[in-house]
Amino acid sequence: MPAPTQRRLIFAHIDEPGYTNDLACYQKHGGYEVMKKAFARPPAELIDEVKKSGLRGRGGAGFPCGVKWSLVDRKSGKPIYLIVNADESEPGTFKDRYIIHQDPHQLIEGTMISCFANNVKQAYIYIRGEFPHGARILEKAIAEARAANLVGPNVLGSAYSCEIYVHRGAGAYICGEETGLIESLEGKRANPRIKPPYFPAVLGLYQCPTIVNNVETLCHVKHIVDMGGEAYTKIGTPNNTGTRIFCVSGHVQKPGYYEFEAGKITLGQLLHEVCGGPLPGRTLKAVIPGGSSAKILRFGERFKGKRKVGAEMVDYDWGVEDVPMDFDSLGMIGTMGGSGGVIVMDDSVNMVEALANINAFYSHESCGQCTPCREGSLWMKKITTRMVHGAARPEDAALLKGVADQIPGRTICAFGEACSWPTQSFLAKFGDEFKNYHETKKAARPADSLELV
Amino acid sequence: MNLKPATLSQIDEVITHYPVKRSATLPLLHLIQEDAGWISPEAIEWIAAKLELQPINVYEVVTFYPMFRQQPIGRRHIKVCRTLSCALTGGYKVCDEFQKQFGCHPGEVSADGEVTIDFVECLASCGTGPVVLIDDDLHEKVDVTKAKALSDRIKAEAKAK
Repeated sequence: MPAPTQRRLIFAHIDEPGYTNDLACYQKHGGYEVMKKAFARPPAELIDEVKKSGLRGRGGAGFPCGVKWSLVDRKSGKPIYLIVNADESEPGTFKDRYIIHQDPHQLIEGTMISCFANNVKQAYIYIRGEFPHGARILEKAIAEARAANLVGPNVLGSAYSCEIYVHRGAGAYICGEETGLIESLEGKRANPRIKPPYFPAVLGLYQCPTIVNNVETLCHVKHIVDMGGEAYTKIGTPNNTGTRIFCVSGHVQKPGYYEFEAGKITLGQLLHEVCGGPLPGRTLKAVIPGGSSAKILRFGERFKGKRKVGAEMVDYDWGVEDVPMDFDSLGMIGTMGGSGGVIVMDDSVNMVEALANINAFYSHESCGQCTPCREGSLWMKKITTRMVHGAARPEDAALLKGVADQIPGRTICAFGEACSWPTQSFLAKFGDEFKNYHETKKAARPADSLELV
Repeated sequence: MNLKPATLSQIDEVITHYPVKRSATLPLLHLIQEDAGWISPEAIEWIAAKLELQPINVYEVVTFYPMFRQQPIGRRHIKVCRTLSCALTGGYKVCDEFQKQFGCHPGEVSADGEVTIDFVECLASCGTGPVVLIDDDLHEKVDVTKAKALSDRIKAEAKAK
């Protein structure tokens, strides 16, 4: 079956010749018209549209956005804050970068509609420190919008006022975790908070109810309010509505970002047809489908089971290439859609070395407050690095598994899972490569093989 | 503290963005680092006084976030991405080339004081790897040849000064 064509909703104007990131260009393309119409409607109606749309968060967890909003404590009398999570930092993910740099007003419009719907008077865009130009572009775009009465006091002449400020991070991955992000915005170390009691919807920024949404999610809100929640569900597949942006990197001919209706394209179509397949003379070996913490898939393995199609239960028997790229299908086969970052590895890659690279990342980024994560991520890094650069032993595989299995479920935030899933899945799928690595190492490395750690 | 008047007015402005002064800790650290090049012990005490905090409250933030540095660096800052997607396309070779060009290791300042090279974690441009951030500018699809060309440009710019 040929791959479907791209459906560019969020990325409609990305890389469009002549499209600039200023207000005039955005308005020439119909910008802020959705917001103007939205402001004439009751806020509760806008929340309903988002609920009806089935929109799931695009930051990684895929939590329904409408549910997140409905959990907000609206009776406390405290101000409600909205934070835009622009800390894009899951390795393999690079979609928000293009929205921020090329279409910042789309994000601001989505943010303002979401703020109006939730009676938010103050929003912050938490942008990662490594996007210095992105921060300046957003600041300029907000200033333009403020001058045009689209942000700030008495928006569009109404009684509603809402301010947006840009807040820069400083290179810590953990700030992508929403409670860590809140701590960071409060001027502290980004140590995630324990839930309960610190659910952001109740006790978030300054202990006030807070909504934290990903950049892409808020852009979707604009389109949902534009077309209506019901119409939005027609895009994509049931329970996986709307479009998804896939960020493909690594060993394919045409890496890049591609937006498709969720669940309408398979991993095989994405990699072989859209991305041009493996590099010349190579075959695909493994793929991480949803950012570096998602569990790895091995080409050649098969997944069998029953799944719901409409009202019926249907058997499925998929190879890696047959898996539809949506939250539920990827969840069913034991991995996740996550943030949409697809990292591809071909047969030139040694999996021990690839894991050593990933482990070095998570060890560097652990915030350090929970012992299993701080020590576990460090030891997984030390073991895999030693295997590559020092002595490798046949029992290292079991040792690694022993460490990895003791982390998930024992930490305050999901970083514990994020750092152990790569090790667990690499061992489950490529166990032989780990057990035999001490032998593999004795052979001369192929001249064209790249160093990974 | 000898900060530029523009920095001081930016500092006073940014504090107004937050209902709680402490929130301005990261913005102030960024502004001072951009002005002075690094975060000195004096800067930590100055920020603490400005935001009505204890110096430890600022110091613990400086040591937590990788982008804040407690010593001066070279005039140019080269950050090579180390993480998986860039490594799969040759990130380690690119980092080696920069080290060879400037004769220093990651984290060190070159002998002429011109550059500091850092091998950093994911810069979120994985589709165009290997990527390198030089000061504020991102360079994409950097192979060894391009790394050498970028190094030559930095050297030429240093000479022209």
